[in-house]
Amino acid sequence: MNISNPPTRSLIIEKDMPHPPEKIWLALTQAPLIGQWLMSNDFQPVVGHKFTLRSTPVPNWNGIIDCEVQVIEPNSRLSYSWGTMGMMSVVAWTLTPAKGGTRVRMEHSGFRSEEDANYKGASYGWQKFIGGLERVVAALDSPGKE
Amino acid sequence: MQAVADDLFKALADPTRRAIFQWIARDGEQTVHSLTARAGVSQPAVSKHLAILKIARLVRDRREGRETHYSAQPRALVPLIDWMSHYGVFWRDRFERLEILLNKMEK
Repeated sequence: MNISNPPTRSLIIEKDMPHPPEKIWLALTQAPLIGQWLMSNDFQPVVGHKFTLRSTPVPNWNGIIDCEVQVIEPNSRLSYSWGTMGMMSVVAWTLTPAKGGTRVRMEHSGFRSEEDANYKGASYGWQKFIGGLERVVAALDSPGKE
Repeated sequence: MQAVADDLFKALADPTRRAIFQWIARDGEQTVHSLTARAGVSQPAVSKHLAILKIARLVRDRREGRETHYSAQPRALVPLIDWMSHYGVFWRDRFERLEILLNKMEK
């Protein structure tokens, strides 16, 4: 499994699985199957369909993720928006036939605030903000800071 | 999903507050007046934003004469970094569950 974090702070996981794309597609797009590996949901494989993913609430988080289907290309591409705690992001799945199975790629990207669109130029979007965070936090450990 | 610092997320959910916090973090201690000049919103609005940043412990204030000076406390951001790295753990776990399901589907 390959996991990487580009500077934008999107999260990418890639893995080859010994199953055909058609079968993986079912697991990614049928609500009862999604419920078995991700969260309980009311997903439908229809662009524009709004659905929620629900898990057990914990302190400071109600356990609900609001989503909307953005891309449906059977056996190949699937993406949905992922909104929780005022932050919007996108989860995109890509299935590519590979030797003996399928390369499964998941990219969770674009952490940003729902209000960004209303802010002039969106120059302080989450991506830019988060891009600078690690540098700021890394500086905490330097002598003479804080 | 682990518990997250509610005040921190509330404070950073607003783009104007993120901008204000970044100015202070990048350029050092600032007064309400200098921040108002940059923010393009009213001074009461800036003061309100600063109060919310202060509750989240992102800024600290210090009075000097008639002015209040604000400085950044970037250590308060640590829970946010933790939360994002949490997604790495979350998705790795879900990938494992997906594969378990796929293996079951074969039967």
